[in-house]
Amino acid sequence: MIRLEHISKQYDARGKASGPLALDDVSLTVADGEIFGIIGHSGAGKSTLLRSINLLERPTSGTVTVDGVELTKLTQGGLQQQRRKIGMIFQHFNLLSSATVFDNIAFPLQLAHTTKEKVQAKVDDLIRLVGLEEHRDKYPAQLSGGQKQRVGIARALANDPKVLLCDEATSALDPQTTNAILDLLLDINRKFGITIVLITHEMHVIQAICDRVAVIHAGAIAEQGKVIDVFLKPEHPVTREFILEERNDAELQPWAAFKTQATEHSRVVKINYLGDVTYAPVLHQVLTAAGVGFAILQGTISRMKDVPYGQLVVRLDGEKTAVEQSLLSLRDKGLEVEVIA
Amino acid sequence: MKLDFSTVNWEEVSTATTDTLTMMLFSVLFTFIIGLPLGVLLYLTGKSNRAAAKPVYAVVSFIVNILRSVPFVILMIAIIPLTRIIIGTSIGVEGTIPPLVIAAAPFFARLVETSLREVDRGVIEAAQAMGASTWQIVRKVLLPEAMPGLIAGTTITAVTLVTYTAMSGMIGGGGLGDLAIRYGYHRYEFEVMIVSIVVMVLLVQVLQWIGDALVRKFTRK
Repeated sequence: MIRLEHISKQYDARGKASGPLALDDVSLTVADGEIFGIIGHSGAGKSTLLRSINLLERPTSGTVTVDGVELTKLTQGGLQQQRRKIGMIFQHFNLLSSATVFDNIAFPLQLAHTTKEKVQAKVDDLIRLVGLEEHRDKYPAQLSGGQKQRVGIARALANDPKVLLCDEATSALDPQTTNAILDLLLDINRKFGITIVLITHEMHVIQAICDRVAVIHAGAIAEQGKVIDVFLKPEHPVTREFILEERNDAELQPWAAFKTQATEHSRVVKINYLGDVTYAPVLHQVLTAAGVGFAILQGTISRMKDVPYGQLVVRLDGEKTAVEQSLLSLRDKGLEVEVIA
Repeated sequence: MKLDFSTVNWEEVSTATTDTLTMMLFSVLFTFIIGLPLGVLLYLTGKSNRAAAKPVYAVVSFIVNILRSVPFVILMIAIIPLTRIIIGTSIGVEGTIPPLVIAAAPFFARLVETSLREVDRGVIEAAQAMGASTWQIVRKVLLPEAMPGLIAGTTITAVTLVTYTAMSGMIGGGGLGDLAIRYGYHRYEFEVMIVSIVVMVLLVQVLQWIGDALVRKFTRK
């Protein structure tokens, strides 16, 4: 649906021959109907990258293709036509302060010269979709942040876009409102099959709704892949940083801290669960059958979007061969087992 | 000194008031018609990155600055030949309107430019993202969003024009200022001067009051 190829962006700097490189040869593909997250610290280039998709920021080099149309080749008029198929929502909502909720949502339709009856019907549908029936004739200044973002979402959907770009859409909202807005985005993605690209600096946003993620650092993509893979096996230090920030549970000990638990008759292992197996009583069944006792030393069980996952540190007590056998059986059942000591 | 208001020729005061109002209203109207597009042009060329925009901004901005730096009394006299070409005469109420507009339009254009710059950059970006053309952004985003500022600018311009009309008495323009100078200064009839001043003060108060009320009505923030 979206294909960015070798995008570089260099800003003009006064007095210097060339400014800093905001994006350095970035290539990215987003599939139809997917929710793609871009995470990075401020200044990493994620905002420039997102704005390259609808050419609000024109890359210095590289090509942008959305829904089969190469935007970088279009004239100004052609680009305006294509932009109507790409919705966008913003951190600070960017609503017209002089227009009511209704008129804000009607705005993109009026830009496209839609007839009055159609505007009326479409806007009413959208107001219902985002749950603002009561606030139809209010001005943005009379709404809460979450309500403003709902107007922003309704407005972005008015022209039935195929792509929705979210620029830190939840960063100005409190945690509860953030979750409500994320749910709404997920709902829209499922209902209309709309492709969503979002940028954020918060891992939990990625974790809540994204299918795939790209970690951007210093204008380049440090790492990308399925959210669950990147989250469970981060390769780049920046990715690890984001994940650690997110967990913010200082009481979680590094795995190595449990090495001392190992003795001649017990081993310490780390077990990774992924998918449905997380909720199956695998550990109990396998170890009971093998005659191995166990103690859980530390653990996390959670979900990422729809996928359950878990990470446990377990001490296995028993005969050496029985323990070895049980490790094999656990791996057979689809668990990932790593011996720590 | 004893003031005797019974000697005041009220008919003349009334004619002068009508003249001032006429000059003010027409000059505000034409100032708005010329100054608004000029202000939009200044705003658009001032922030554009296009190569063609910079010289346009430089030229327009230079002309605006020149017109704003010449005192109105001098401008009024200097453009008498131009006024004759436009109106056919350089005296009377009609003859005053061109210099008033030429003096006020650049001033108003700067006020328009400033109000447009106050419009949230993000809102403009959102409109661009929705595929709005420049013309659509001007008409549907910039002007409505800047409405309170534009009304306040128009009010300031109207008040300034009232004081400018007073100077037009020098070239036989008529109006309250002319009346005040003729009677008060040349003939020492202070009563007429006081009446003229009071009427002008009232006029300015009413203008400001209307302007403020409209600004309140259109402010949504």
